[in-house]
Amino acid sequence: MAHIHYREFDGPGPGFYAVLGVLGALILIGLAAALYMEHNGHWVTGMSNQIVWGTPHVFAVFLIVAASGALNVASIASVFGRQLYKPLSRLSGLLALTLLAGGLAVLVLDLGRPDRLTVAMTYYNFKSIFAWNIFLYTGFFAVVAVYLWMMMERRMNDYSKPVGMFAFLWRLTLTTGTGSIFGFLVARDAYDTAVMAPMFIIMSFSYGLAIYLLVLMAAMRGSGREFGDVVFGRLRILLGVFVAAVLYFATVYHLTNLYITQRHGIEGFILVHGGQFTTMFWLGQIILGGVVPLAILFSGVGKSRAMVALAAVLVILGGVAQMYVTIIGGQAYPMPLFPGKTIVASSFFDGQIATYTPSLPELALGVGGFALALALAAFALKVLPFLPQSLSDADADPHHESAAKKQAAAA
Amino acid sequence: MSLSRRQFIGIGGAAVAAMAAPGLRLIELANARSPAEAATSLQRWGLLVDISKCHDCDACVTACSTENGWYGHNRPASDPQWIRKVTLKDNQSGYVETLPVMCQHCEEPPCVDVCPTGASFKRADGIVLVDKHICIGCRYCMMACPYKARSFVHEDTTNQKPYAPRGKGTVESCTLCVQRVDAGRIPACVEACNKDGHEAMVFGDLNDKSSEISKRLASAPSTQLRPDLSLNTGVRYQGI
Repeated sequence: MAHIHYREFDGPGPGFYAVLGVLGALILIGLAAALYMEHNGHWVTGMSNQIVWGTPHVFAVFLIVAASGALNVASIASVFGRQLYKPLSRLSGLLALTLLAGGLAVLVLDLGRPDRLTVAMTYYNFKSIFAWNIFLYTGFFAVVAVYLWMMMERRMNDYSKPVGMFAFLWRLTLTTGTGSIFGFLVARDAYDTAVMAPMFIIMSFSYGLAIYLLVLMAAMRGSGREFGDVVFGRLRILLGVFVAAVLYFATVYHLTNLYITQRHGIEGFILVHGGQFTTMFWLGQIILGGVVPLAILFSGVGKSRAMVALAAVLVILGGVAQMYVTIIGGQAYPMPLFPGKTIVASSFFDGQIATYTPSLPELALGVGGFALALALAAFALKVLPFLPQSLSDADADPHHESAAKKQAAAA
Repeated sequence: MSLSRRQFIGIGGAAVAAMAAPGLRLIELANARSPAEAATSLQRWGLLVDISKCHDCDACVTACSTENGWYGHNRPASDPQWIRKVTLKDNQSGYVETLPVMCQHCEEPPCVDVCPTGASFKRADGIVLVDKHICIGCRYCMMACPYKARSFVHEDTTNQKPYAPRGKGTVESCTLCVQRVDAGRIPACVEACNKDGHEAMVFGDLNDKSSEISKRLASAPSTQLRPDLSLNTGVRYQGI
């Protein structure tokens, strides 16, 4: 591959600032929602003592998982030596940082005491996976920042491979930590399983690439740069493989639970009679988030870029649905406090399916986190050269027919 | 004024009781640990609930609420509950029983394991508490507790008890009435149950083989809630 040129985003100003304006408004609404919740207390949300992690956690965990996945594109270039992905690496590192920032902002603003962030950073219980995650998340910012520096500073380019390797291992550890937040919970039937960690890793591949692809398409198009079929096709197929892998892990998870009699309750709840959670699982996670994108990405329909973009949007929506089912559905099903007995009365909802309806402030905070991630990325694209000047087929693959034509024309 | 023998014995008895009561209180205080003295693992405080004596009442719940100053806002889903009554029916036999459920004061508490800041902690004498000063309100302990024993404070608090601080945005649960235990007294729930004559709850030191709770546990079968989790709870039940 010839030398890659990068340039700041140079698309038409009004469009760019309109996007930034909309994102800014969403961020402000999200902040107002957080302030409203903190001022009144969490009773104004859909959360309760039954559902203690609500919609903000759905968005926060989704964004954090997607953040580690967004770094994958860079890893493919640095760690696995695929030159085709090299021009895509800077944006990959950038999105990893901004998505994590968006997710963490939501997570922190949903704390009962967000003002005690300094406490969270000065008092540690190292048996807690949350405490490890605080290091994994803050460390991720530092590692990826250094990785970007190695990639963007020509004198440091030689180090991008070892640093990229380190960043890759770090992100695998990070997503293991995020999945294990649930995997290590012994009390609830929906969790307490080691498959959570690898499942979250593969989910990160899928969500991260879906967001990456959409941002790349928008940025290249917005700045009038060529985005050839060679790179595009590669990313499309890769997304398809990741979506299939997520479905595989979801199948393994549910099959395991279906085999364990003790867990038939939670499985019946999620798969058959769980109301909104069953709908969210089949319609959101499986059909819209899995089957339809697969059909688009691996068929002739995938020749259309609009359809591929739609598939990526569906992967994101399906991912949010999967988080909703995992986090909220997993809590809504009661814990097995008295096996062999039915709880006929309790003033604390023991043995009952918990009800949950997302409230507007919770949704606003979650969407605000998304907006923050995208706004930070847009701003960075504007001020620093993250985007390749071209992703044309000729640039991507010197043996591509368009390159041959170009050479012939030059001759 | 002349007193009948019956009246004389009555007044005399009351006078002796009035003089003895403060004396008994003094003995209680003498047995108590001084505030400067740290809790030690010489004790492991525990609670035994005898379900056969547990009636369909909520005296323990009311007493806990009064003692520790927690109360609801007519929003049952988000209102705190440090202790609640649960009624069970056996799936096979249909036998119905009622029992109180609260923090089980595990020897290996999952809430303490998952707490990122160490706000959830276990005292040397086995009482599991939340340090309200460093609780960030992440609610991971509530996800981890198998007994659903914890509540998140969803709104501003008023009329707090100085010995049982509460705070919006933090998590709370049964403290085994640590303020009473440290003063050599028994938890409010146990006292209320005894006062009503049910005597379904026994509080004491599980490490002291001569304590009533140890003797009762040694003489009849008992169980923990979710024994499969091997948490070695401080709260035990007889008759489930």
